[in-house]
Amino acid sequence: MDIELRGITKRFGDLVANSGVNLSIKAGEVLGLLGENGAGKSTMMNILSGLYRPDEGEILIDGKPVSFRGPGDAIRAGIGMVHQHFMLVPVFTVAENVVLGVEPTRMLDYLDLRKAREQVREINEEYGLEVDPDELIENLPVGIQQRVEIIKVLFRSASVLIFDEPTAVLTPQEVTEFFKIVRSLRDAGKAIVFITHKLHEIHGIADRISVLRAGKIVGEGLPGKTSDQDLAEMMVGRPVTFEVEKKTFEPGEVLLDIRNLTVLRDDDSVAVDNVTFSVRSGEIVGIAGVQGNGQTALVEALTGLRRVTTGSVTFQGKDITGASVRDRHRMGFAHVPEDRQRAGMITDFTIAENMALNTYYDEPYSHGIVMDWKAVADNSAKYATAFDVRATSIFEAAGHLSGGNQQKMIVARELSRDTKLMIAAQPTRGLDVGSIEYIHKRIVAARDEGDGVLIVSSELDEILALSDRILVMFKGRVVAEFGAGARPANKNDIGLAMAGALA
Amino acid sequence: MSEENGRAALSAELMKRAAPGRTDFEDLVIVPVLAVITAIVLGGLVMLATGVSVGAIGTAFVALFTGSVGSISAISETLTAAAPLTLAGLGIALGFRAGLFNIGAEGQVLIGGMAAVIVGFSFESLPIYIHLPMALLAGAAAGAFWASIAGWLRAATGAHEVITTIMLNLISFRLVDYLLRSPFVQKPGRADPISKNVTESAQLPQLLSWLDPNMRVHAGIVIVVLAVILVYWLLFRTTIGFEFRASGLNPDAARFAGMKSGVIIVVVMGVAGALAGLAGANQVLGVLGRASPGFSGGLGFDAIAVALLGRSHPFGVLLAGLLFGALQAGGRQMQVSAGVSLDLIAIIQALIIIFIAAPILMRAVFSFAFQKQARR
Amino acid sequence: MAVTEVSPGGTKAIGYARRRQTLISGWLLLFLSVFVAVVFAVPVTGDASFRLAYPGDAFVIPNLVVPAAPYAYVVSALLAFFGIRQFLPGAARWSGLLLGIGLFLVVTAFLTWATADKSFSLTGMLQATIVRAVPIALGGLAGVLCERVAVVNIAIEGMLLAGAFTGAVVGSTLGGAGGLVAAVLVGGLFGLLLAALVVTYRVDQIIAGVAINLLVLGLTSYVSSQVLTHYRELNNAPVFRSINIPFLSDLPLIGPVLFQQNIFVYGALIMVAVATYYLFHTRSGLRARAVGEHPEAADTLGIDVYRLRYLNVTLGGMVAGFGGAWFTLGSVGRFDDNMTNGRGFIGLAAMIFGRWHPVGALMAALVFGFADSLQQKLAILRTPIPAEFLAMAPYIATIVLVAGLIGRARPPAADGKPYIKD
Repeated sequence: MDIELRGITKRFGDLVANSGVNLSIKAGEVLGLLGENGAGKSTMMNILSGLYRPDEGEILIDGKPVSFRGPGDAIRAGIGMVHQHFMLVPVFTVAENVVLGVEPTRMLDYLDLRKAREQVREINEEYGLEVDPDELIENLPVGIQQRVEIIKVLFRSASVLIFDEPTAVLTPQEVTEFFKIVRSLRDAGKAIVFITHKLHEIHGIADRISVLRAGKIVGEGLPGKTSDQDLAEMMVGRPVTFEVEKKTFEPGEVLLDIRNLTVLRDDDSVAVDNVTFSVRSGEIVGIAGVQGNGQTALVEALTGLRRVTTGSVTFQGKDITGASVRDRHRMGFAHVPEDRQRAGMITDFTIAENMALNTYYDEPYSHGIVMDWKAVADNSAKYATAFDVRATSIFEAAGHLSGGNQQKMIVARELSRDTKLMIAAQPTRGLDVGSIEYIHKRIVAARDEGDGVLIVSSELDEILALSDRILVMFKGRVVAEFGAGARPANKNDIGLAMAGALA
Repeated sequence: MSEENGRAALSAELMKRAAPGRTDFEDLVIVPVLAVITAIVLGGLVMLATGVSVGAIGTAFVALFTGSVGSISAISETLTAAAPLTLAGLGIALGFRAGLFNIGAEGQVLIGGMAAVIVGFSFESLPIYIHLPMALLAGAAAGAFWASIAGWLRAATGAHEVITTIMLNLISFRLVDYLLRSPFVQKPGRADPISKNVTESAQLPQLLSWLDPNMRVHAGIVIVVLAVILVYWLLFRTTIGFEFRASGLNPDAARFAGMKSGVIIVVVMGVAGALAGLAGANQVLGVLGRASPGFSGGLGFDAIAVALLGRSHPFGVLLAGLLFGALQAGGRQMQVSAGVSLDLIAIIQALIIIFIAAPILMRAVFSFAFQKQARR
Repeated sequence: MAVTEVSPGGTKAIGYARRRQTLISGWLLLFLSVFVAVVFAVPVTGDASFRLAYPGDAFVIPNLVVPAAPYAYVVSALLAFFGIRQFLPGAARWSGLLLGIGLFLVVTAFLTWATADKSFSLTGMLQATIVRAVPIALGGLAGVLCERVAVVNIAIEGMLLAGAFTGAVVGSTLGGAGGLVAAVLVGGLFGLLLAALVVTYRVDQIIAGVAINLLVLGLTSYVSSQVLTHYRELNNAPVFRSINIPFLSDLPLIGPVLFQQNIFVYGALIMVAVATYYLFHTRSGLRARAVGEHPEAADTLGIDVYRLRYLNVTLGGMVAGFGGAWFTLGSVGRFDDNMTNGRGFIGLAAMIFGRWHPVGALMAALVFGFADSLQQKLAILRTPIPAEFLAMAPYIATIVLVAGLIGRARPPAADGKPYIKD
């Protein structure tokens, strides 16, 4: 089955997410769709999967124009989508999730789960996916959950499969495994769309590449033929350097010293398991690992948000294991949280209020319990300017800012004090390249000024570009160390360590 | 040099405040006004549907107006009814600002009122400047305690305050029934559940009795004005208010910024309960003079409407409280002159809540009054 | 990769929360053991005799006579044993069950204590329990239907009240059957209103619920005082008589309790069964639950989230309307202002206790119905415990449950959250 998009335009209010997009998808071929965050990739695919309706343009299947009134229509037309955030009901079994929406039934609307299990097993066998149909989704690791998503799509006899950033949650080794599945699907005659913003991945899997920028298709390429440099330039619209400039590595005294740290999650499972490491001043330590291996709990424990079960944390020789979030702020901790909108800012507050979010209680922003709004505004305007936060007014709601400017605002707030240690989790997730470069520059500047920096990121490229030293976390433990004083950083080895496979 | 100048200019540019937009005006003014008008019109239709003659409906609306603002004694009635609604409404608004849905005002009013009554009748010969503040304080403290239970449960265990405050309401009804029958509280010689009378030294003095002994407006309105100003100051001018608002809009971000969410929840519920308790004290010390079963008369629920209509802003709550007070006072006049049941006011109030909470509905029905919105 | 592999990092679940609950249960049981011994055993003498049959029953069975003090000592000992068991290894598995049995024993000890030297009709009390459980169970079931599609229904109280009012007024003019149908329809209408407000007009679910409660209370009280006081014949509906199920109703004890009831009891049982089948064994039920757990996922699979929310909330309203009719057509035949008196909120509590399951809600309703009827009977037995405190018990129990002190129920994941497309 072949699909063609012609002149697709989609607007959200004033924002044009897609404008005049033309794209063709062919059976037995993997189309790589490349574009940076916010380029309009997901919008386009949501149009194709019937979630959004285009304002202009048409979709043709095998040359005939179709119009989807909802996801149901797209599914019936043979288009299946695997979303970046899995669309699985955690308390349902695999079989229930797979058949949802196209359930086999008997009399009286009776749900025939036995038949559903059989059908799941058949698909399992056909494509070599091993998934137990009776297991609850919430008990499955993400890699397997992704297979359930694939089974879901195949169960609906899709001939076109769209994968939206499918590798974000996988280890390099799981990615290899996943690519095998994708190839076998392609060889079975399916048309595949592979959406990503990671350049290096696309060469390994795509047969053809289209590049999307600011809602438009700006170029095409062939894997192996078109160079990374060219693809990146198409994607961003200007030449991009992948290198981050930094001064030579001159680490100072030990700032943060973590000994035998064990931290539990809310459900009492062990998140951080007997971890020991340290961060020196003038050093960037990067923590690599697949998400869900304890990084979040580690950061929460270090910033005072989560109770430490056993072990100790010392900062400049002082035991701070039980210190509160505020105590740590006062000692010079800066924290850029993992989930910007959930934990880093208050979208309905103004930029000025957001910039005072963790300094409001001190002079000059308040006297006693009385706020000094003038001082808050002055400071906010000063740092918004210094950190290139593009806004019309600091009294604008912070939620109106773009993702990149929101993150710059958070970084501005965290670094606008006299800081000694910066902890940044996923500091550039979901940002455009320009913002990524800016944030990276600021992080390196903090290090060059003598701060200790701890970076947690699931983007291995980011870790490699920034870190002086790299630790890999797997199942709550630090399983490997790379860089200064340890073995040299190497993508393959780090990947193995992330999967727990490096001795 | 030039770069620095540029920066200073940019900073100055950022300090400029945008004028309030048309949408703000629509949300803050047009929607509430239309909601009130629509609800009153629908109230008329309800009367029509229940066989009230058109003439009587006219009389009813005139009575609604004259009974609320038509004379000094009408205004006195309006203020009397508005006082507890505003106090309890302030408490609920504070909760809304901090992201807490306090359905328990009714129970807090009852418990606060009971405490005030007990202090009010327990002392015979105290001077008013000691006895009255003591009784008011008892009401506020008891209300604060009762609400803090829900706050503490939320902070310590995550139990949702909607469920716990509903349950605390129901518990408070039974508790008041029990107390009113206990020999310590029950009026001697009475078989029905009714409390002893509050001694004069604990009563809120009436302000206009020199004009006409029937004018019930009392010193409670001074407390209301003070409470409005205090809540405004607390919410928008202090670090405590900043914390309330921050954890209301995004509790995670507040926690990440080092605010202690548990403490904030308990304090907010405590203050909200104190305000509701004051509302109860205001009723028993200013109007009723004693407690009887259900003396709160649903004002804790009406206060939810007041807080919503007032957009959870202290001044808005004051205006909304006055409007609801006027509806109550006018409704009583309506019952007398037009023979229309006071329960009609309850219908109008419920409709106001629905319309206020459904701006999308108001925009759809009264599309002429609103600017066309960009379609998403 | 093997499918049984644990999720990354989730290796050693220690289960502090579970253990804490077990310990709390243990202390509670030990406390109750002492309490039963001191209060129910030491000061009493004599036998408690429970009447199990009515005079004139087909099968006459003798009274159940229990020596009060010895029985209380036995219960106390059992409670102590259960309590100590909570502190021994492997207790967590049995914790909930033992606590349940323990609480049941405490209630029986309480009854024997209260009945010591007296006689008391157990059959009558159980019969009353079932009757009083009906509106609570139906309210709870209405809540289950709504919350399974993630719409929080605080308005159950109002829907019950609307059903009660409609049942009385229409019942008075068109007869009982007509009144019942009208009550169901009006309940459904308020369900539809709730759905429209929260789904289409995106009103906060709690606010919408509170508003509907106030609206129904205002409307029914208004019409009652404006119209019904002048036309008393409009508030005089026939009451449904009990239907004896042939043969089964002649059984001792369970006959009168289960098979000599009116249409509301049978209706409630049937509805619980049907709702269980619907939610957990049909295609529509699977979709409804998906909408309550993960509406985005349902939407991407072509399931109409809004339609299912409308449908289930309206159904919930109809169930509540039926339950409301019980107050008038099932018991007194006339409507009084605010006659539901918080029963809808107890229904909400029953739903939480029943872990969002129809059968669970029914069981919880039976417990609450038992407390309700016990409160009535205590007056007859002249115990020193004020009835008000017993009336509070369900509410306090609910608070304890939502606080997670003894086990915690998990609501549907999207419960209370609006779903906004685009």
